[in-house]
Amino acid sequence: MFRNLLFPALASLAFVSCENRSDVEIANEENILIIGNSNEPKGLDPHLVSGVLESNIIRALFEGLCVEDPAKDSTSLPGAALTWAPSDDFTEWIFNLNPEAKWSDGVPVTAVDFVFSYKRLLSPDPNWPAEYSEMLYFLKNGEAYNRSHFGHILCGNDPDFPLDWETLKKANFEGERSLKLENFVGKKFSDLKEIDLKKLKPYLKEDETIDLAKITAEKVDLKNLSETEKRIFCNAKGIDKLSKEQLQSLKSDSSLVTWTDVVPEEVRQIVLDRLIAHHEAGKPNLWEEAQVGVTAVDDFTLKITLRGPVPFLPEITKHYTWYPVPKHIVLRYGKINTAFSSQWTRPGNLVSNGPFKLKTWRTNHFLEVEKNPHYWDRDQVDLNGIRYLPIKNYYTETRMFGDGQLHMTYTVPSELIPMAKKKYPDQLRQEPYVGVRFIRVNTRKEPLNNPNFRRALATSIDQKAICEKILLGGQKPASGIVPPFGEYKVPGLIQFDPEKARALLKESGYSTDSKFSEIKLLTTNSESGLREAEALQEMWKQQLGIKVRIVQREWTTYLQKQYDADYDLCVAGWIGDYLDPTTFLEMWVADGGNNNTGWGSKEFENLLTKAENTADVAARMDVLSQAEKTILADTPVLPIYWYTTNYLIRPEVKNWNPLLLNNHPFKFVKIEK
Amino acid sequence: MLKIILSRVIQTIVVVFVLVTFVFFAVRAIPGNPFASDKATSAEEEAALKAYYGLDKPLPVQYVNYWKNILVDGDFGDSLAMKGRKVSTLISESFPVSLKLGVISLILGMLIGIPLGIVAALFHNRWQDYLAMVVAMAGICVVAFVLGPIFQISIAAPLDWFNVAGWSRTSDIILPSITLCFGVAAYLARLTRGGMLDVLSQDYIRTAHAKGVPTLQIIVKHAIRPALMPAVTFLGPAFAAIITGSFVVETIFLVPGMGQYFVLGIQSKDYNLVLGLVLFYGILMGIANLLSDIALIFMDPKLRTA
Amino acid sequence: MSSSATVQNSEPAAIEKGSSLWTDAFVRLKKNKLAVLGGIIVIVILFLCFIVAPIMSMAGMKANDQDLANRFAGIGEKGVLGTDQLGRDLFMRVLEGGQISLLVAFLATMMTVTIGVIYGGVAGYIGGRIGNIMMRIVDGLLAMPFLIIVILFREIITGRIDIVARFLVNEWSWDNDTVTRFANLIPLTIAIAGFGWLSMARIVRSSAASLSKQEFVEAARSLGLSHRRILFRHMLPNMLGPVIIYATLTIPSFILYEATLSFIGLGIEPPNSSWGKLIMEGANFLETNVIVLAIPAVMFSLTLFAFNFLGDGLRDALDPKASKD
Repeated sequence: MFRNLLFPALASLAFVSCENRSDVEIANEENILIIGNSNEPKGLDPHLVSGVLESNIIRALFEGLCVEDPAKDSTSLPGAALTWAPSDDFTEWIFNLNPEAKWSDGVPVTAVDFVFSYKRLLSPDPNWPAEYSEMLYFLKNGEAYNRSHFGHILCGNDPDFPLDWETLKKANFEGERSLKLENFVGKKFSDLKEIDLKKLKPYLKEDETIDLAKITAEKVDLKNLSETEKRIFCNAKGIDKLSKEQLQSLKSDSSLVTWTDVVPEEVRQIVLDRLIAHHEAGKPNLWEEAQVGVTAVDDFTLKITLRGPVPFLPEITKHYTWYPVPKHIVLRYGKINTAFSSQWTRPGNLVSNGPFKLKTWRTNHFLEVEKNPHYWDRDQVDLNGIRYLPIKNYYTETRMFGDGQLHMTYTVPSELIPMAKKKYPDQLRQEPYVGVRFIRVNTRKEPLNNPNFRRALATSIDQKAICEKILLGGQKPASGIVPPFGEYKVPGLIQFDPEKARALLKESGYSTDSKFSEIKLLTTNSESGLREAEALQEMWKQQLGIKVRIVQREWTTYLQKQYDADYDLCVAGWIGDYLDPTTFLEMWVADGGNNNTGWGSKEFENLLTKAENTADVAARMDVLSQAEKTILADTPVLPIYWYTTNYLIRPEVKNWNPLLLNNHPFKFVKIEK
Repeated sequence: MLKIILSRVIQTIVVVFVLVTFVFFAVRAIPGNPFASDKATSAEEEAALKAYYGLDKPLPVQYVNYWKNILVDGDFGDSLAMKGRKVSTLISESFPVSLKLGVISLILGMLIGIPLGIVAALFHNRWQDYLAMVVAMAGICVVAFVLGPIFQISIAAPLDWFNVAGWSRTSDIILPSITLCFGVAAYLARLTRGGMLDVLSQDYIRTAHAKGVPTLQIIVKHAIRPALMPAVTFLGPAFAAIITGSFVVETIFLVPGMGQYFVLGIQSKDYNLVLGLVLFYGILMGIANLLSDIALIFMDPKLRTA
Repeated sequence: MSSSATVQNSEPAAIEKGSSLWTDAFVRLKKNKLAVLGGIIVIVILFLCFIVAPIMSMAGMKANDQDLANRFAGIGEKGVLGTDQLGRDLFMRVLEGGQISLLVAFLATMMTVTIGVIYGGVAGYIGGRIGNIMMRIVDGLLAMPFLIIVILFREIITGRIDIVARFLVNEWSWDNDTVTRFANLIPLTIAIAGFGWLSMARIVRSSAASLSKQEFVEAARSLGLSHRRILFRHMLPNMLGPVIIYATLTIPSFILYEATLSFIGLGIEPPNSSWGKLIMEGANFLETNVIVLAIPAVMFSLTLFAFNFLGDGLRDALDPKASKD
C-alpha cells in the first residue's frame, strides 16, 4: 500500500518541474475558460435547482426562447425562438421557434419540448419537489394547475359555467390559511394556547369543545364528526383539498363550508358534482382540463397565454426555469416528474440545447462543458469549453487568480479588495447587481411590532459607512428594497438620520434603560456577515442606546429559524430573478413563503394586483413604486445596501460586459490570443 | 494474536452499532431542516421531499429501514444535500483522495516528528532539546487556516510549477500534506521525547550503560521500541482523524476529499451522509486502533501476556 | 528487567512523606532556567489580561468600541497597538480575548485532566473485561462527530444560560456587557472538556496498564494497600509525565476549538473576542493587514511556548525516578 502511495509522491517531486506554464496559459491554447464557481452544484436539472452557481452552468448548457444580450440589459436576442410577437394587450405571445435548433444529440428542439418542460415544472404531483414553480405562474392557470386548485380548473375555466370565476372564487376553495390543522396534531383542546383558540373561535359555540385528534387524523370520516368539527375541518382544508367521500358528505349539507352568499345552492351542487366526478374518474388529465397557457400550435410555433399583461415576457424567458428540457431524454430515464432518482442529468446522459454540452463532472473537483456541435449558432461560439471550479474559499480563489489558475473569479472577499485594487487595477470589476441586503423584522414580537421602533432601527443604520468602510465593493446605501434600474422610480424613503431615529424611538415608548438585552440579530456564520452584524450592533448602541445581541447559526438552521419565525431581527439578502420590480415586491405578500416577517397589508396586495393588470409600462411602474412605499412606511424590512458584483477577470477574456442580473451569455465570450 | 484481532473486530462492531444508533437519533434532534433552502419551500413541497426520502415515517421505522437498506441491499441511502447522489458514491469517490493525502502527511509527520523527539530526549535540557521543542511547538501554534494561506502566498505564488490550490497536477498534493503534517509531527515529537525520557531513566537502560554497551546500540536495540509506545497509541486515532478531519485543508487547497462532507453533512442536516460517514469512520477507527494495538503488543512484551 | 531496587527505594519513601514530592519538585523546577522563563511569561500575560485590561477598560478604553473612520490604524497611531478592521482597539481586544481564551483553556484542561486521569487510570488499573469495555466506550465517543454533539448541546443550553443571565442583569443589576461576555464560558468549557477527556483517558490508560504490571504495584498489592491508594499514591506520580505533556499540548487546541465553536454559535458571543477568533478573523487579512493576525498570533504562541517550557520543567521536576539523584 505504501509503495503505491509513495511512488506518485516521489515521482511528482521529480517531474513537477516539467510543466512551467500556468493553467490559464494551457487553457488559452485549448480555448477553454476557467472560472471559479463558489461551490459544488446541487444538480443540473433546471427544474430542481435554485442557486446562482447552478444557473451559471445551466446557462451554458441550455438555452431559453430568448438569449441575453452580452452588453445591454433588458435586451433579448433570438435563442430557441427566432422571432416573437405579443398581442396588443400583452396577454398572448407567439414564439416562432428556430427550426435549426437542435439538442446536443441532434434531435430538433420543438414546441412540444417546451410544453413538456412547463408541464413538468408545474407538475402538481405531491412527490415533485421543484422549488421554483412560481416562475411559471405568469402562465394562465399555471398556479391553479400547480396547486391542484380543482375548483378553478373545473369550474373557473368553463365559459358556460353559470357563475364567473371572479365571483365563485370568493368561496373557500383553498382553505383558511391561518387555520393549519397540522399545527394541532397531537394536541388536546384543553392544551390550546390563546392564539390558537382565537383562530377557532369563529366556529365555536359558547363554551364548546372539540376533539382535535379526530379532525387531525390521517383519514377523516366526516360522519363521525360533530357539526362544529365538520365545519372547522372543511373550512381549514378548503373545497379543493377534500377527498371524494368528504365532498359527498358536503353535498348533503353544503353550508359546512363558507361559500359567501353570492353562490346559490344549485351552483354549489354543480361545483361539488364536478369535483366528485373528477375524483371518481381517477383525476384524469388535469393538464388538459386546466388549459395552462402554453400550447404547441405546430412543431415550431409556441403560443403562450398569460394571466395578465406581461410586457416584459422575453426578459422572463431568459430565466432558467423557462428553459426547455429534452422530452425524449427525460422520459428515457424516468417519468415526467421523476425527481432526483432520474439519471438524466448525469454526464453521458445529459442532453442540452445550449451552446455547450456536459463533458466531465467530478464532485467537489471540477465540472467541464464542451462546445455543442449541434448548436444552431455554433459559428458564433468561440470557446471550446468552460471549466467550473467549486472554490468555496474565496481567499484561495483570489490567490489562484493571481497565480494564473483562473480566468475569472466568482467574487473577491472584501478583505482582499484593497489589495486587488492595487495589484490588479485593470482586472478588478465592480458592477451593479440587482440585489438588496436587508434586515427582516419579526413584527409579531414586542417591541418590534411597533412601526416607529422599526423605523428608528432603520434610520439609525449608517448605510454609507457599512458600504464604504466595511464592504469596499462599491455597494450603494439602500433607500428601499427595490434597487434602481430601468424606468423604476425608487421611492427613497429610508435614509440615515440619527436625530429622527431618536425622535421615533421616543415616540415608540421603548425604554433603553440598562437592562438585559433581549433583541437578537440572527446572521449566518460567515465572517463577512459577522463583521456587518457587529457594525450594526454598534450603530444601534451608539445612536439609540439599544443593545442587540448577535446570534450566529449555520445556514440551514439560520433559514429554518426564519421560516419558524424564531428570530427578532435577521440579516438577509435577495437577488432579482428578472429585471422587474415585482421580483423584489411579490415576496412581501402576507402569505409569501419568503416573507417570514408576519407583516401583511391589503393595500400593498391591492396595488400589486393593480400592477398585474396594467399594461402601460410607465403607469405600471408608478403603481409598483406606490406599493414599495406602503412597505417602507411600515418598515417590516430594514434596507441596508444594494449589491454589486466584485470579481477579477483576465484581460484576454473578451465580450464579458456589466449586466445587472449577472447572467452573462457564454456563447459570445472570447479568449483573445 | 488471533484472539485479539477477533475481539477487536467484535468490539468495533459493537462500537459502530452504538455509534450509528446514537448519531441516527442525535442528528435528527438537532434543529434545522435538510430541505431548507433560500427559496421558501411550501408545506406540500416539504412533505413531498420527506416522503421521497422516507423521512415521513415514524423514527423507529426509519431506523429499522436504515439498517435493512445497509445490511440487505448494501445501500447507504441518498444524500439529502447533494440530491441525486448516493452517499456510497460520495464516500468512495473522496476516500482515495483523503487516504492518499492522509497517509503522505502521516508519513511526513513521522519522518519529522519521531527523530525530532529522539534527538530532544537524547540531548535533554540542552540547546538541541530546546530547538527541537521550539520547532515542534511552532507546528502546533501555526494552525492550518494560517499555515495554508502562508504557503499559498509564499511558496505557490512565486514558483511557477506549484499551483495555489487544486487537485489536477501531481505537485498539488505537496502543500496540503505539508500543512497537515505539522500538527502530527509536533504531537509525535512531544510524545516520543516524553516516552524516550521515561525509558532512558529506566534501570535496565542504566544497567546497560553501566555494562558499557555503546549508546547507539542501547537506543536502537532497547530504548526505541518502548519509547515509541505513547506515539503509537496516538497514531491510531490520528490516522482516522487526519483522513476525516482535514476540512480546513481541503477547502483551502481545493482538495476533493471526504473531510468536507462531515461539515457539510452536519451543517445541512444531511442525515444519510452524516450516518454513512460515521459508520465509515467508526470502522476506520476500529482498523486503526487494531493496527495500533498489534503494534503495541509487538513493542511491549508485557502486554503479550494480557 | 527492572531491578527490585525501585520497589524498595520509592515505595517506603512515598508512603512516609508523600507531600515532599511537591516541595522537592519546586526546588528542582527553580533550577530549570527555561521553565522559570516560561513561568515569568505566563505570569506577565496573566497580569496583562486579568489586571491591566480591566483597569484600562474601567479607564474608558473599551475593547468593543468601534471607530470606522480609523480602521487599521498603525501601532501608536491610535491605542497601543493600533486598531482592527472595525476600528477597535487591538491591544484591548487581544487582552480581553486572552481572558476568555486562558479561562477556557485552563478550566477545560483542569476538567480534562481530572476526568481523564480518573477514568483512564481506573480502566488501566482494573484492566480485563471491564477496563476493555470502558475503553471501547471512549473509542465510540471519540468517533462521534464533535459538531453534532455540540450543536445539540447548544440547543439545550443557550435558552437556559439566557434565563440565568437575564436574572443576573435584571434582578441583581449586574453589568449587561460583562454578563453576556462571560455567559457562554461554562457551556463552552463543558463542550470542550466533554471531548478533551477522551484522548486524555486513552493516554492515561496505556501508561496505567503498563504500570500496573510493574513490580512496585504488585508489591503494593501484596502489601494489601487499598486500590485507591495504589492508584493515586503510587501510580499517579509515575503517570504525571505523559499527563502533563499531553495537557500542555491540549491547551492550544482548546483555545482554537473555542474559535470553531464561536463559529457555530456556542462560543463567545460577538462582538467579544478571544484569541482563536482573532486569529481566525485575522487570517483573512494576511495579504492586506497582517498586523491584525500577527498580534493575537504572537500572544497565543508566546503563551503556548511558555506553558510548554513550564510543563516540561514540571514534568522533569515531578519525575519520581529523578528524586533518587
